[in-house]
Amino acid sequence: MAGRTLFDKIWDTHVVVDLGDGFSLLHVDRHLVSDPGSKALAALRQRGHAVRNPELTFATPDHTVSTAPGRTGHTANALRYLKDLRHETQTQGIRLFDLGQAGQGIVHVVGPELGLTLPGASIVCSDSHTCTHGALGALAFGIGATEFQHVAATQTIVLQRPRQMRIWFDGALPSGVSAKDLILHTIGRLGATGAAGCAVEYAGPAIDALDMEARMTVCNLSVEMGGRFGIIAPDARTFDYLRGRPYAPAEALWERAVTQWRELRGDDDAAYDREVRIDASGIDPQVTWGVSPQDVLGVGGVVPVPAGPAQQAALDYMGLRAGDPIAGTPVDWVFIGSCTNARISDLRLAADIVRGRRVAGGVRAWVVPGSELVKRAAEDEGLDQVFCDAGFEWRESGCSLCVAGNGEAVPPGQRAVSTSNRNFVGRQGPGARTHLASPQMAAAAAVAGCIVDHRTLEARA
Amino acid sequence: MTPFTVLQAVAAPLLLDNIDTDTIIRVEPLFSGVPREQLGPHALAALRFRADGSEDPDFVLNRTPYRSAHILLAGDNFGCGSSREGAVWALMALGIRCVVAPSFGDIFYGNCFQNGLLPVQLARAQVEALAHAVSRTPSSPVTVDLPACTVHAPGMAALHFALPARRREGLLRGLDDLELTLARSAEIDAFQARDAQARPWIYLKTKETP
Repeated sequence: MAGRTLFDKIWDTHVVVDLGDGFSLLHVDRHLVSDPGSKALAALRQRGHAVRNPELTFATPDHTVSTAPGRTGHTANALRYLKDLRHETQTQGIRLFDLGQAGQGIVHVVGPELGLTLPGASIVCSDSHTCTHGALGALAFGIGATEFQHVAATQTIVLQRPRQMRIWFDGALPSGVSAKDLILHTIGRLGATGAAGCAVEYAGPAIDALDMEARMTVCNLSVEMGGRFGIIAPDARTFDYLRGRPYAPAEALWERAVTQWRELRGDDDAAYDREVRIDASGIDPQVTWGVSPQDVLGVGGVVPVPAGPAQQAALDYMGLRAGDPIAGTPVDWVFIGSCTNARISDLRLAADIVRGRRVAGGVRAWVVPGSELVKRAAEDEGLDQVFCDAGFEWRESGCSLCVAGNGEAVPPGQRAVSTSNRNFVGRQGPGARTHLASPQMAAAAAVAGCIVDHRTLEARA
Repeated sequence: MTPFTVLQAVAAPLLLDNIDTDTIIRVEPLFSGVPREQLGPHALAALRFRADGSEDPDFVLNRTPYRSAHILLAGDNFGCGSSREGAVWALMALGIRCVVAPSFGDIFYGNCFQNGLLPVQLARAQVEALAHAVSRTPSSPVTVDLPACTVHAPGMAALHFALPARRREGLLRGLDDLELTLARSAEIDAFQARDAQARPWIYLKTKETP
């Protein structure tokens, strides 16, 4: 019998019923709910069904809440969602991490930090970036609104087993090159459909060397190359990260869990439908030039000659000219935030660039911590002061300018460097132009007033 | 859910790759609670309308006879990006009941089956051939036959597509997974009882912080 992959092992553990044709009814261990989920909870209740396992369901508002200091900018939508989320979770016995509480924040930041995300667990959320949680060795994936109701009512989901792909990263990332650069480079090479229909396992020495938060950044962008799942085998770093977190097992149960988690890796003879090898040591800081995350290049590169009308339309939308160096492109906005890059390690990387410098004239720069706990940790370290001294706005936690569904948006025609995950047309607001990059690159763009290789910034006195 | 059987309708060619769900429906109408049946005017807004809000006459769905299309011929990775099911609702509100593309975003693809929208996956050359046939005689309907799993355009041999039996059956009968799974409640109970022995740390007891 051929060996099994990490993904196979977790999948098999969760099969309640084999439905044939590759479909299974899978158990869901953790159902994460954000504010738009209040609609699906209400719809389910109106259909006459209860939430089957409210103790395995966790909610926090992130998509629509204001991130203005003091939460002063709530839109009418946000107020309605908040009211509904509070009502539905209270009525149905679901744990809600409300505004101002430890545990509030972007669901994909909060899950791991609370220890809700565990190796070998299945985790779903009505959000495509649920693949983030795969960084801890979980089978985690985004679902739709109808699937949400199915999960809430049955604690299971009907799913067809995906094909599997492994991306193996050799070598080590150069100094100043981050996990964001690693995954953007990979998407650029494989394309937005490079992992279509696949669960992606990331492995190799360059992945082993990443800390947990950096691994989350890598898995977070799996969906941007078409993968619904990203996963990394848990190791000692994973266990160290989880130990002592509020919802992680403790004491004897912890020892028992870790013993089991150590088995969560692919067999040596496990077969993948597709294997790719990438040398991490040749990667530069990345920045996108177009309207898909696959439209990416090294910061030393030039805007490519359009390969067809779609790419020409992308250049027109972005206001760029083929042949121009991407570095030096002036920016109006900088956004450091999102489920991709708003963890404490991301904010530290950005603060190291910002410290002792000033945001360039005419640039608006925001830091939006990924969670209430990230915000508190950053304030304890004085990072908020570093950002504020430089002229950044230090805000409350939420999705903010990533999905721009909370009334916060980049104005039409303005150019943003963002640590988020999507540069789609209008994603950060109608007509907004988005360049995706790492926290260091975004911080450097804020102080330089243009896209710049952060490694070339002059040494500070 | 409305069952899907045989659809005979105008098909509109929109062979752009990577049309994401943000492009299919912006977040604002979804978050402001526009009912799903009324999302049509917001569907594909970035492609259908110019900056001043007027229709772009060059866009395929704004031209006769494509304005009344119920079938969309699309490029690679249609429906990539966000998980928003509103993308499916918006297309349906626009009258689209079937999308034919070389590949789809995974979550979008799954969402289609929850709502009675048929996603047909064909080789790129086949989608292009369909688009070519359609552009010759735009008003002649294309036939999508779910019982036979074929797509048939004027002047072309029928193209066969594959669909998991479970998905096909669900669309044909307008079935909802939820009712079927609720009937398996005892099996879920048994799974959880067994699994709680093997992985007790998964099964938290209350909604309070430990």
